[in-house]
Amino acid sequence: MAQLIQIREPGEAPLAESDDAPVAVGIDLGTTNSVVAVGTGGGADVIRDENGEALVPSVVAYAADGSAVVGELARRLMLDRPEVVVGSIKRLMGRGIADLKALAGVLPYDVEPQAAGESGMVRINVAGQRLTPVEVSAEILKALRDRAEAHLGRTVGRAVVTVPAYFDDAARAATKDAARLAGLEVLRLVNEPTAAALAYGLDQGAEGLYAIYDLGGGTFDISLLRMEKGVFQVLATGGDAALGGDDFDHAVAEAFVAERTQRLGAEVLTSADVKMALMSARLAKECLSTQETGSWVIEAGGRQTAHTLSRDALEGLIEPLVARTVGICRDVLADAEIAPEQVNGVVLVGGSTRVPLVRRQVGAFFGSEPLAHIDPDEVVAVGAALQAEALTVGSETLLLDVTPLSLGIETMGGLVEKIIPRNTPIPVAKAQEFTTYQDGQTAMAIHVLQGEREMAEQCRSLARFELHGIPSMTAGAARIRVTFAVDADGLLTVSAAEQTTGIEQEVAVKPSYGLSEDEMATMLYESMAHAGEDMVRRLLAEARVEASRVRLAVGAALNADGDLLVEGEREVIEGAMAALDAAIAGEDREAIGARVEDLEKVTRAFAERRMDRGIRAALRGRGVDELAPAAPPEDEG
Amino acid sequence: MQTAALDMRRTHELDVNPASGLVASCWSCRGPVAGDSIFCDTCGAVQPPAGADHFARLGLTRTFDIDASRLDQGYFDAQRRLHPDRFATRTPRERAFSQLQAVSLNEAYETLKDPIRRAEYLITLNGGEVVPEGCSLVNEQGLLVEVMERREELAEAETVAAVEALEVDATADFGRCVEALSIAFASDDLANAARLTTRMRYLSKFMQECRSRRARLGQHV
Repeated sequence: MAQLIQIREPGEAPLAESDDAPVAVGIDLGTTNSVVAVGTGGGADVIRDENGEALVPSVVAYAADGSAVVGELARRLMLDRPEVVVGSIKRLMGRGIADLKALAGVLPYDVEPQAAGESGMVRINVAGQRLTPVEVSAEILKALRDRAEAHLGRTVGRAVVTVPAYFDDAARAATKDAARLAGLEVLRLVNEPTAAALAYGLDQGAEGLYAIYDLGGGTFDISLLRMEKGVFQVLATGGDAALGGDDFDHAVAEAFVAERTQRLGAEVLTSADVKMALMSARLAKECLSTQETGSWVIEAGGRQTAHTLSRDALEGLIEPLVARTVGICRDVLADAEIAPEQVNGVVLVGGSTRVPLVRRQVGAFFGSEPLAHIDPDEVVAVGAALQAEALTVGSETLLLDVTPLSLGIETMGGLVEKIIPRNTPIPVAKAQEFTTYQDGQTAMAIHVLQGEREMAEQCRSLARFELHGIPSMTAGAARIRVTFAVDADGLLTVSAAEQTTGIEQEVAVKPSYGLSEDEMATMLYESMAHAGEDMVRRLLAEARVEASRVRLAVGAALNADGDLLVEGEREVIEGAMAALDAAIAGEDREAIGARVEDLEKVTRAFAERRMDRGIRAALRGRGVDELAPAAPPEDEG
Repeated sequence: MQTAALDMRRTHELDVNPASGLVASCWSCRGPVAGDSIFCDTCGAVQPPAGADHFARLGLTRTFDIDASRLDQGYFDAQRRLHPDRFATRTPRERAFSQLQAVSLNEAYETLKDPIRRAEYLITLNGGEVVPEGCSLVNEQGLLVEVMERREELAEAETVAAVEALEVDATADFGRCVEALSIAFASDDLANAARLTTRMRYLSKFMQECRSRRARLGQHV
């Protein structure tokens, strides 16, 4: 594509990327399948294997030595060696053991008991390996990274990774950790429906009010967006982080197993049996999207049973699940105070939207034929790649997203005080003041919660920390200010400060079900043969970005205030600039840092003279009206 | 360990650059920048947000009667320049400042978009008093009685149509309040503006209750 010279406002263009800068890709890390795509200058290419297949099954098989195989090969192994294979790991991201017990029947995972000193994240046993969902996800991300590098013939170091809009803070943080473990710097976590909207807006020119209905393997999202002139503004979002095609499979598998029990009597199923039953159920579901009826086999304990299922019967089994998604659509529209007929179109995303019943129900609710021009399995990765390019090369599009769930803290009586309500545009920061409940209370437990319910126990616990050293006062006298900040990735940071003494505590919320920093550090260390190299490369890139900023600032100052230079000063500064340029061109990170310091040293006096002049000029202006520093210019003369 | 007790129901806007005055020093080129600059005139570096009011931040005149599409436009234009996505590959400092700027823009947009919050903000800007959100402090006997009557009617409404009728009524009332507010602000009558705002808070809450009751009744059909 021809390169156009672009002229931008100051501060708008990303600093120029050098040619050997690692490529940024877009990754849709799905429950069932994952996809990687790369921007091509305005468009995006989905990266396919030699057979033209874009989907990488999110399935990992482990050997006894801990080495892993990802994708189609692992998926096929599921039939013969289910005990060494793990799938649908996304459902466990940011979850604790207690979350899993909520699922009925036997789990398709071998869950390990929590060991002493371990963080609350669930651990599973695969082929004798004790693994966290973060490590398994990192294997999938590494495979995607390898695929992209092989295709592009270049190093891939950065990515936009998508997450379900309805993912809570714990699951988002876990996803980011997984990317780090895979040697990928996350440029941005983008919500899956928002990424899909970006792809539709840019590729199909969709403008107006759109609903994105995203039913994947394990998660459901519905986002309502206003799309206009390159702005993608999310008005409201909702969903269920544990509702997807997997649940359709569960419903079918349970029906098969019930039939089998009727014929053969009760039997004890292993987690491997359950995995295989779920696979048969999935085949049945997929097949019935196009066929009217079929027959499938369940095998366990050496005995086979055949089960017939018609599309009507399948629809009867999954109807309650589909109805749940439609109910959530209704709630989200009500939140945004929008009627279904005001929506210009509804876009289908995710493999589970291939199910005819889903299409019918969604179409009926919105009163229009749903759109599926872009492959629902690939559209999210395409949007992620477009955004990766926008973040690194620059773009005129703007994604404005929201928090999916309310954030708050627990107050007296187990009630939740919401600090940031759901559907608030991000980034956002809000503070609220709390006080002590008892005379002489010197510490306070801060319990951070996410969810819509009024009682703390019904919301998701994100983190607990304690603020100590509150001066002993009567109840209600201390003023503790709790600040919640959600960044553009949707990740939360909480800080608390006692206002009268200034005692402060800040926690990046490492969720109760996340990995601790120590665990993360150990994993990073263990996983990295080439990681040392990656790290050096990244630090060098960061040093160059910093140095370029300093270089640019000094150049601009020389241009603007060159008359303030004293005899010989320009030569000294330009000498230091040249030395810095040489360092930036080199590979030595420490040399870059040293030359930055040199340049700052030789420009210090010049900077002081510039400030002096600026202050004097400002004070002269102020003489007109001492009390109106913020007066608009037209009032000054 | 005790959990927190709620102190004031008011949420705060975050502190903006406390040193923002007439002139500040650019963190990047160390030269002078006007205290309310978003970008340094000399080197183009993004600055931390200054204490501009919400209207100025979005390029709007300080008035209650704002045009929704101009509000959107001002917000989008500012976000195009300041959103963290524009700074994803920049230095950590620039990313942090762009985040603070975007937080301020979102706060401004959310405040001005909603007529109730916009009115309360204007009252505060003009030195008036606003009853903090959530404090059910009603001095007006008339409003109290009216609210109770409406609630009773809603509790007795057994059909979707009956609820809708109440909703239409409340919505029209809300619209009249917005018109009256416009006049109150134009004539600098802050006391009346505050009264109208309290009334609107109640109406808005009532409309929400109507919606959830309508949804419940609708599901039974």
